[in-house]
Amino acid sequence: MEGITKSRIMDANGIRRALTRIAHEIIEKNKGTLDVVLIGVRRRGVPLAERLQNLILEFEGVKLPLGILDITLYRDDFSTIGFQPVVHETDVPFDVQGKQVILVDDVLFTGRTARAALDAMMDLGRPQRIQLAVLVDRGHRELPIRADYVGKNVPTSRRESVSVCLREVDDSDEVLLMEKPG
Amino acid sequence: MLWQRKHILGLENLSKEEISHILQTAKPMKEVLLRPLKKLPTLRGKSVMHLFYEASTRTRTSFETAGKILGADTASIAVAQSSVSKGESLLDTAKTIAAMKVDLVVIRHAASGAAAFLAEYLQAGIINAGDGQHEHPTQALLDMFTMQEEFGDLTGKKVVIIGDILHSRVARSNAWGLTKMGAEVTLVGPPTLLPPEMKALGVKMSHNLDGELEGADVVMALRLQLERQQSGLFPSLREYSRLYGISSQKLKKTGRKTIVLHPGPMNRGVEISSELADSPMAKIEEQVTNGVAVRMALIYLLAGGTSNVMA
Repeated sequence: MEGITKSRIMDANGIRRALTRIAHEIIEKNKGTLDVVLIGVRRRGVPLAERLQNLILEFEGVKLPLGILDITLYRDDFSTIGFQPVVHETDVPFDVQGKQVILVDDVLFTGRTARAALDAMMDLGRPQRIQLAVLVDRGHRELPIRADYVGKNVPTSRRESVSVCLREVDDSDEVLLMEKPG
Repeated sequence: MLWQRKHILGLENLSKEEISHILQTAKPMKEVLLRPLKKLPTLRGKSVMHLFYEASTRTRTSFETAGKILGADTASIAVAQSSVSKGESLLDTAKTIAAMKVDLVVIRHAASGAAAFLAEYLQAGIINAGDGQHEHPTQALLDMFTMQEEFGDLTGKKVVIIGDILHSRVARSNAWGLTKMGAEVTLVGPPTLLPPEMKALGVKMSHNLDGELEGADVVMALRLQLERQQSGLFPSLREYSRLYGISSQKLKKTGRKTIVLHPGPMNRGVEISSELADSPMAKIEEQVTNGVAVRMALIYLLAGGTSNVMA
């Protein structure tokens, strides 16, 4: 991530506690784990969804089905971005029909990724309900979208960015607030 | 990698990295293709025109399917019913299409170099769907994708391509692509159909099929263009079939789990026996499915997200 680090919003323990709470909230809100499935949004939503899967297994003794969603083909900015995004595989090895889908992503910002993820989900079938879980909500929504489960609300300015590091991808567990250069 | 090409004219001028990127992009496309609901919004508002001066069933349908799944608008020109039959030149026809502001033109033409010619004159991206005896890059890419699905990395894999190499753009594109991906390619055919200058591509050449089958991971039979017999390039279909036709019996010589490919349309009983074509060794229908995925990848790469593109 470019820019200078202004502060560390969450450390490894903070991330662990937030995910533990979200895991409990998912179980509570869905009155158990019946028909609940986890869908991680590439890229960092995937390790987060895996961690939630492990926590729920620990708490309830149930291993929830886990899928991976790549939203590249559903982006709304193909004509304006200055590069061509690389497409990765979507891997949802179960039927989502009638399921309680928990979409998992790292940061909720404008809401456009969540919008794309919703469209991508709908093309895979007709879930009973879709809920959104994010590690960080940094505000600045451009669409009428909100998260059902939030690890931490972080007020930010537009000039700032939020960088989520997860040891599965980045060698460390932390969330940093960065100031963009220029 | 950063994709920077606007046209796909052949595999001769693509790097190994570019070929890998195309094949990698085809994987998520295949996942979409296998869904019950196969429709994406990705290329909404983009248009693809198919300009086919030669007969084609699978290539054209495959391209049209690929474009439609990606959400692009597609149209086709059936040359026999078009102004071409009134004597319009290729360039004039193409300019007319370009004036309709299409984003991509997919062209098949009997003249080698036709696609490259259009790329020089048109604003639109060009995909070569077969130009004369020169190249048929999308066929070779789908062949390589099918091989990768079976074997993963193609380095050191032995690929034997059999038949009318001389007239085959499929063989040429495969020779370019496969050698770049590190495979060992052997071209097999009668002397009259095996141009010696193709050695320059870094492939092995042979007139003796039986001697080349041992250790082959992939055996690809090319369509024997039956009209060639009239020009005296081989004595009889029977003899050709005996020497260069493949069957399950012959393929026992490979001594390993070999896959059989054919670009279609097949002459059953000539270059490939009917029982082999219908056996589990044959991945011929898988090639057709993969063809749509590979063409989706190419259309996406050429028409989706355009600002880093150079001509």
